[in-house]
Amino acid sequence: MIFLIQKTLIFTIPLLIVALAGMYAERSGIINIALDGIMIFGSFVGAVGAFLLRKVPFFVDHNQLTFILALLIAAISGALFSLLLSFSAIKLKADQTIGGTALNMLAPAIALFLIKVFFKMDRLEMTPAVNSAGQNKDFSFVILNNDMPDAGKVFFDKAYLSTFIAIAIYIILSIFIYKTKTGLRLRACGEHPQAAASVGIDVNKMRYLGTTISGALAGFGGYAYIATVANGTAEGTVAGMGFLALAIMIFGNWKPLGIALGALLFGFLKCVSVIYPQLSVTINGEKVFFLKNLNLPMYFYNLIPYVTVLIVLAFTSKRSRAPKAEGIPYDKGMR
Amino acid sequence: MNGKPAKTKKSFSEFLRSGGVGSVVASLICILGGLLVGFIVLILLAAFAEDIPFSEAFKGIVTVLGGPFSGRDNVMFQMGNMIFQAVPLIMTGLSVAIAFKTGLFNIGAPGQYLMGAMGTLIVALSIPTTVVPSWIVWILALLTGVLLGALWGAIPGFFKAKFNVNEVIVCIMTNWIAANIVSWVFKSTGDKFINIAETKVNFIRKTVTNGVQTPTLGLDELFGGSYMDISIFIAIAIAIVLYIVINKTTFGYELKACGFNKNASKYAGMNEKRNIMLSMAIAGALAACGAALWCLNGKQDFKWDTYQTLPNDGFNGIPAALLASNNPVGVIFSAVFLKYISVGGSNLAAQTSFNEYVSPLIIAVIIYFSGASKLIKDLLAKKSTVVPPKIPDRVDYYKVAAEIAEDKAEAAAEAEAKAEKAVTEEAKTAAVEAAADPPDPPDVLPGEETEKGGTEE
Repeated sequence: MIFLIQKTLIFTIPLLIVALAGMYAERSGIINIALDGIMIFGSFVGAVGAFLLRKVPFFVDHNQLTFILALLIAAISGALFSLLLSFSAIKLKADQTIGGTALNMLAPAIALFLIKVFFKMDRLEMTPAVNSAGQNKDFSFVILNNDMPDAGKVFFDKAYLSTFIAIAIYIILSIFIYKTKTGLRLRACGEHPQAAASVGIDVNKMRYLGTTISGALAGFGGYAYIATVANGTAEGTVAGMGFLALAIMIFGNWKPLGIALGALLFGFLKCVSVIYPQLSVTINGEKVFFLKNLNLPMYFYNLIPYVTVLIVLAFTSKRSRAPKAEGIPYDKGMR
Repeated sequence: MNGKPAKTKKSFSEFLRSGGVGSVVASLICILGGLLVGFIVLILLAAFAEDIPFSEAFKGIVTVLGGPFSGRDNVMFQMGNMIFQAVPLIMTGLSVAIAFKTGLFNIGAPGQYLMGAMGTLIVALSIPTTVVPSWIVWILALLTGVLLGALWGAIPGFFKAKFNVNEVIVCIMTNWIAANIVSWVFKSTGDKFINIAETKVNFIRKTVTNGVQTPTLGLDELFGGSYMDISIFIAIAIAIVLYIVINKTTFGYELKACGFNKNASKYAGMNEKRNIMLSMAIAGALAACGAALWCLNGKQDFKWDTYQTLPNDGFNGIPAALLASNNPVGVIFSAVFLKYISVGGSNLAAQTSFNEYVSPLIIAVIIYFSGASKLIKDLLAKKSTVVPPKIPDRVDYYKVAAEIAEDKAEAAAEAEAKAEKAVTEEAKTAAVEAAADPPDPPDVLPGEETEKGGTEE
């Protein structure tokens, strides 16, 4: 059970953070279909950053610090990359779906192109390095080991630092968008930018802010994904996680709480589809692998998350409410 | 505005602004921009990477631009393969384009493509050609694939029309569902379809092993033993038919009307829900048809265990459609161009220290610029004319002013005629005063008033 919750958290965190990223962009009025691309770009730059940091013995010894720095690098690079989207959407008044699609193509192209030129490989694997004490320091496994009983074990044994950082970010940003002046202004720009402008809000500035926060979060989520779920391999893909996060954002009705529920549900189902052979219940002191014993192919479990989301969307779509002005370039004259 | 004189000749700016030409020029500018950025990337890399000499950058961009002409192999061979590989891309491009016309973003082409490939392969490999003539099997296989793709494409349409769920989300979900279903089906059927004879267990048997294959009419030999067959002509024919359907038929008009304004088309008595579903079904059929034509070539290896990856040709239909501004005939050219660049990319990888990923990079930059193609078109039109562009969708003050001026001019002309008829001087001035409103200066001549109205426009 503890094992299941731990694994669910690992899958949930990237989805949660990236869906929140989507929410920030769309609430400010910019459709961010480029989440997937920004994740790829962030994860790639983060991985390169970590790779370079590990050339210094100090950072090999201090694994947790390297991990946090790499997350930071990924977030910054994601924010910078997202400027391409906001520039085309705000300054060039381009179609945001097209701009996003271009970024989704651009990110893997850049990542793979550079990985192949500089590393002569198709993928960048973050191999374990030996620290000064002669211990192997695994790259991806930045784990806090702790022997707390039960509840404490869920969060502190074999947990990734990124989990805690992500949860903190989630709480802070959820409060920020609902309880602060800037958050209110940002939301106004996604609903009725002309009305917002009429009371003196700089719509373009707000939209740049929303998209940049979105880019930083997506970059963070991208690195969190490759460092935890993908075992530290950057290969120009995040297995469609960005698109799934987009789906979760719509599923969560563009609200933080809904997004958290959606990410948990999807993360849980996705997690089951990966670890179902290892799931067991102990009956009469005997381990029973109940899902493995069903003898269903893994494809069946892979299908479940997607089908579930479709069914839930069909039932909940009636009260689904997208930000009104999303996708429409801001035009002062349309008042 | 019926009183306006007819336009005598089109100025250059109007020529640029007139839909088609403007789009082509804008696309060309986007392509140039993409190539330029690609070139800059190569130069920067050559400057910073120690093991790449600087001259490689120039060689690199020439190789990419050369496409099939820059290869070490036979040019005709590369050309034939390029044209053949462009066929599925044309079809997925058409798929995305027709959905765009109805205001839908079909990002589900990869899933529809996979379903089409599955249907086609199963029929093509399971009906023995010793019993049924191979050309009948060919047609059956194609139709099965297309039908399956249409059904798969209709799912997002159904969700959109019935539940108003964003089609992008449903498309993404159905992509992964399709990828898993295809893997599942081929896994469970085992050695019935999987290529065990050649120990390529990751791939499905080639359809040529069952004698099913698209006729080549000697084109493969003409193009140096490449994969070339007549599927390119089928794709071109479909594109032209689609062009006619969209632009010349009521059905096509309804689809476009739905794309422009769903509520207005509903108000006008069109069944907008049916149109959305039909449009997505057609889009699915087209993407699946691309997969079917690719598989039925007979010599292609289809990777069946695809649950973690989606076919690139499905996603690349999006740039193909965008580059062609969703014009079905334009998609033929944009798809061939995209394949041209990617063949150049492969040659680049073979001949220099760079690799093939430079071509998706260039394509991505082209798409990025093409998002702003409307802006480019407007700039083009503005640059070559003095007249400011019209303001659409709003009260056109220029027009209103011109109309008022014209009415005034007409009234003035009438007044002039009346004045000429009038015998006395007093009656004449009174009539002119009545015509000119406000009459300042009072002794203005009717002729001058007309000219004034003209300049105001």
